[in-house]
Amino acid sequence: MPKIPVPKIPDAVVPPPLRKPAKPGAGGTPKGQAPEGLKTSPPERQSHGDKLLDRGKEAPIDALAWVDQRLAASGFLTGMLYRKVPKGTNWFYTLGSATLFAFIVQAVTGVFLAMYYTPSATQAYHSIAHINNDVPLGQLVHGMHKWGSSVMVILIFLHMGRTFFFGAYKYPRELNWVIGVVLLILTMTMAFTGYLLPFDQRSFWASIVGININGTGPVVGPYLSDFLRAGPELGATTLSRFYAIHMLLVPGAIIALIGAHMYLVVKLGTTAPPWVKTERPKGAMPTAELEAGANGKGRVNGNRVNGAPVSGEGNGASA
Amino acid sequence: MADDANKVNGAEEAPIQERAKPDPPGYFEGESMTRRRVFTIGAQALGGVAGAAIVLPAVGFAVAPIFHRGKERWEAVGPVSDFVEDTYRQVVFTETEGIGDAGKTTAYVRKSSEELGEDAGKFVAVSNRCAHLGCPVRFVEAAGNFICPCHGGVYDFQGKRIGGPPVRPLDQFQTRVRNGQVELGPRYSVTNQMEPVRARDPGEFTGGIWEYLYPPRPSTFPPP
Repeated sequence: MPKIPVPKIPDAVVPPPLRKPAKPGAGGTPKGQAPEGLKTSPPERQSHGDKLLDRGKEAPIDALAWVDQRLAASGFLTGMLYRKVPKGTNWFYTLGSATLFAFIVQAVTGVFLAMYYTPSATQAYHSIAHINNDVPLGQLVHGMHKWGSSVMVILIFLHMGRTFFFGAYKYPRELNWVIGVVLLILTMTMAFTGYLLPFDQRSFWASIVGININGTGPVVGPYLSDFLRAGPELGATTLSRFYAIHMLLVPGAIIALIGAHMYLVVKLGTTAPPWVKTERPKGAMPTAELEAGANGKGRVNGNRVNGAPVSGEGNGASA
Repeated sequence: MADDANKVNGAEEAPIQERAKPDPPGYFEGESMTRRRVFTIGAQALGGVAGAAIVLPAVGFAVAPIFHRGKERWEAVGPVSDFVEDTYRQVVFTETEGIGDAGKTTAYVRKSSEELGEDAGKFVAVSNRCAHLGCPVRFVEAAGNFICPCHGGVYDFQGKRIGGPPVRPLDQFQTRVRNGQVELGPRYSVTNQMEPVRARDPGEFTGGIWEYLYPPRPSTFPPP
């Protein structure tokens, strides 16, 4: 691949070194950065207007610093946003963020759809027709929500495939894989419960088929389908039940689990693609022992550790 | 905590120092657990009770419909003279109230036939709900069969499965005659031997061991 010149990152954006202690009395500046004025001699006398202007310029920074002093978030944010990623990181690694973005689109459009939608068996269809036909941009917002759900499911599977084929589900990231699978199930629940909400012929029969598939599970199946329908037949309470699951129960669980998912990504770091070999300095120990040493409790029984090196260079794994 | 307690005891009761030390440390004579442990367990138990007091009603509220059986509902679908033995007549009636057209269902009704081994003078109402996944089946007059458009389930004249993925015969509705009108009542399922059982959802087998693997739901009515 031809090397593309990397544009220089502006100095203002580059964070200071992480562990540099803040100078006492340097409160008005970001953590670890002494204001220039303290290092050099005091500036020339300024007119009153200039002083005001300077104060005005620093006001946003002061406000941010005031918040940060109490929240201590800048260290966390710097560590998260400027964490090291392994060599070979490529566009496939953006699929998770793309899924998150699709979820945000669903959440935002869903909130606005809820302003017009009526979860009642007799009015649901007409309220959707109202959104599509009468509300300005209603068809667009409804369309974003409807097609966005498919996009989200597709992106999840692509993201899952990337994780699988790159071996990124292996130690120590198994738990994140499990959380991801739960998120997949929750997303499917969202898609299933959301499908009924327009309450037209298609969604009605699709939900009947879906509920009946649930019912074919032995022993608990019949009760599960009764629970979903809120009774022996699909009725008015089924719709409000699906609506509550769709916009209250599952979104909360998804948001919580996305938080856990991303926490683990930041904590454990991402893996290098399987075709990137661990770089070994000349005369160093074989890979397995190197990893065992770096890791403290690495696996030494195999000659090679497949796929994702646990403590490869710069993947930010914490042993 | 346990050590502190020992020290205090030791300081105050110097002469009894030689008494056997509590073992394990922190336990007083005649006690089976430390006080901290008593309070820990007690506080957690209280918290559990408080949590259960909130969670259990909420869960019960959500799952209650499983155990609730609605009122039995009968609806007249036409005079007795409308129905014959050798073919079905399609009727539409309300199975679930309060949701408009979505609560209506279709049944195929005929007079019972002694040739098929049924009791004379009764009426048979076959549900159009496919026993595979609940799609609406159609009675095809020319073939004398019920055919499902979704996955190709085929049922014979009585509603017994003769082809495709369905797992049991078509459901039926209870029938009765009132004031010269045929009335349809609650739904019930049948086994492959056409024995009535409590209504099952589509996709669930009936009869034999399946009666235990797909247990009858309290929300359904007993079969006739």
